[in-house]
Amino acid sequence: MTKVTMTVNGKPMTGEVEGRTLLVSFLRETLGLTGTHVGCDTSQCGACVVHVDGAAVKACTMLALEAEGAEVATIEGQAEADGTLNAIQAAFQEHHGLQCGFCTPGMVMSAAALLKDNPKPTEQEVRHYLEGNLCRCTGYHNIVKAIMAASGQDVSAIAAE
Amino acid sequence: MYEFEFARPTSVAEAVQALGAEEAQALGGGQTLIPTLKQRLAMPSVLVSLTGIAEMTGITTTGDGAVEIGGATCHADVAKGAAAAYPALAALAGQIGDPAVRNRGTIGGSLANNDPAACYPAAALASGATIVTNVREIAADDYFQGMFTTALDEGEIITSVRFPVPQAANYQKFLQPASRFAMVGVFVAKFAEGVRVAVTGASEEGVFRWSEAEAALASSFSPDAIDGLTVAPDGMIGDIHGTRAYRAHLVGVMTKRAVAAAA
Ligand SMILES: Cc1cc2nc3c(=O)[nH]c(=O)nc-3n(C[C@H](O)[C@H](O)[C@H](O)COP(=O)(O)OP(=O)(O)OC[C@H]3O[C@@H](n4cnc5c(N)ncnc54)[C@H](O)[C@@H]3O)c2cc1C
Ligand code: FES
Ligand code: FES
Repeated sequence: MTKVTMTVNGKPMTGEVEGRTLLVSFLRETLGLTGTHVGCDTSQCGACVVHVDGAAVKACTMLALEAEGAEVATIEGQAEADGTLNAIQAAFQEHHGLQCGFCTPGMVMSAAALLKDNPKPTEQEVRHYLEGNLCRCTGYHNIVKAIMAASGQDVSAIAAE
Repeated sequence: MYEFEFARPTSVAEAVQALGAEEAQALGGGQTLIPTLKQRLAMPSVLVSLTGIAEMTGITTTGDGAVEIGGATCHADVAKGAAAAYPALAALAGQIGDPAVRNRGTIGGSLANNDPAACYPAAALASGATIVTNVREIAADDYFQGMFTTALDEGEIITSVRFPVPQAANYQKFLQPASRFAMVGVFVAKFAEGVRVAVTGASEEGVFRWSEAEAALASSFSPDAIDGLTVAPDGMIGDIHGTRAYRAHLVGVMTKRAVAAAA
């Protein structure tokens, strides 16, 4: 076992891991942050997306030791300390951007990464950016709508409820 | 995954030393290797991560105008950082997988793996790039030796890749939407000395140069120059996503599109 230290949602965290321990296992099992989901475990679905040093990555396809010293952000750190949802989370709720909710943590983290680089994306850019995030419930329309709304754009013309 | 030790050296020299251990293996972005380890198709004793080596990341322009990319540079950084110096290469990097894959996967890992449907091999071969390792420099024409096979020796590390910048170039990828790799991808590069056309995704031998198209385009760099040229379906990949004949047909279509976009 090796000691690993990283900052998770602004707090320093330390734990003992094996070489083969995945970042997602460290987050879920060692730290108990089960908001980051494992859908496919084969880097296809994006349910496990977190930010490492500001970049969206699939936590099922990164070793915990590769995140030594990094700043990691997960879904648990997105809302305010008092539970107030951030703009993206609130828009998902408002626009019905989730059904079963399994893909939602990854969707929200991917959306956050997109809006950081591109604060006013077009609908096409949102759809393209979500290529690596699969949703089996919603059919995507309301997810796209929620992200457009979170970016402060008018979504009244975007189809589907 | 079987158990392994993990090492994160900060220099090429340390990495080479760590890779000298029995059953040691390099780890780039892990986007191919970690899934392989999960399937227990590899059993390294130690994984030597290359992403903490500063001298192996970044993009520079060399004295003769070539673009040199560190072997551990991720696709997202190439998509941004090479956009001015070599737009077609940057555009290719920006089409690999999805944003999260591009934030981890590296050019060295892609070229070392030489997946028959990967994008970078087409860019390296069409550009006549030089693969720079810790021991030598390998011309792209000598580097690719068939599906998942390269000129690299055991423990040899791709430290950088040097791309001569063509006068005009373009990459056209026909997406295989489930894997996000190329069903067929064609990179066309026009140099003063001639035109190079490299095809990925299509052949059972991995990336290859389409010499007939190169000759035709050298005399006339226009999509019409490809008219009447065909690739034989024999030796093409045939699978549930597309037959041999379909892929052979796509080679011509994607080449035309690449020329049209580059010209
Ligand atoms: C969902 C998904 C979609 C993808 N889509 C595409 C696509 O459209 N096009 C495409 O081209 N690729 C695609 N890929 C593959 C991706 O680009 C990988 O990142 C790449 O093939 C491997 O790079 P890596 O840095 O992750 O290498 P790793 O997985 O870390 O390593 C791969 C192999 O290379 C060796 N290696 C790594 N770095 C070096 C080095 N510097 N020198 C020598 N050996 C080294 C390793 O030992 C290992 O054998 C996709 C991957 C995923 C998961
Ligand atoms: S669980 Fe990581 S991509 Fe699906
Ligand atoms: S809401 Fe169920 S998978 Fe997306």
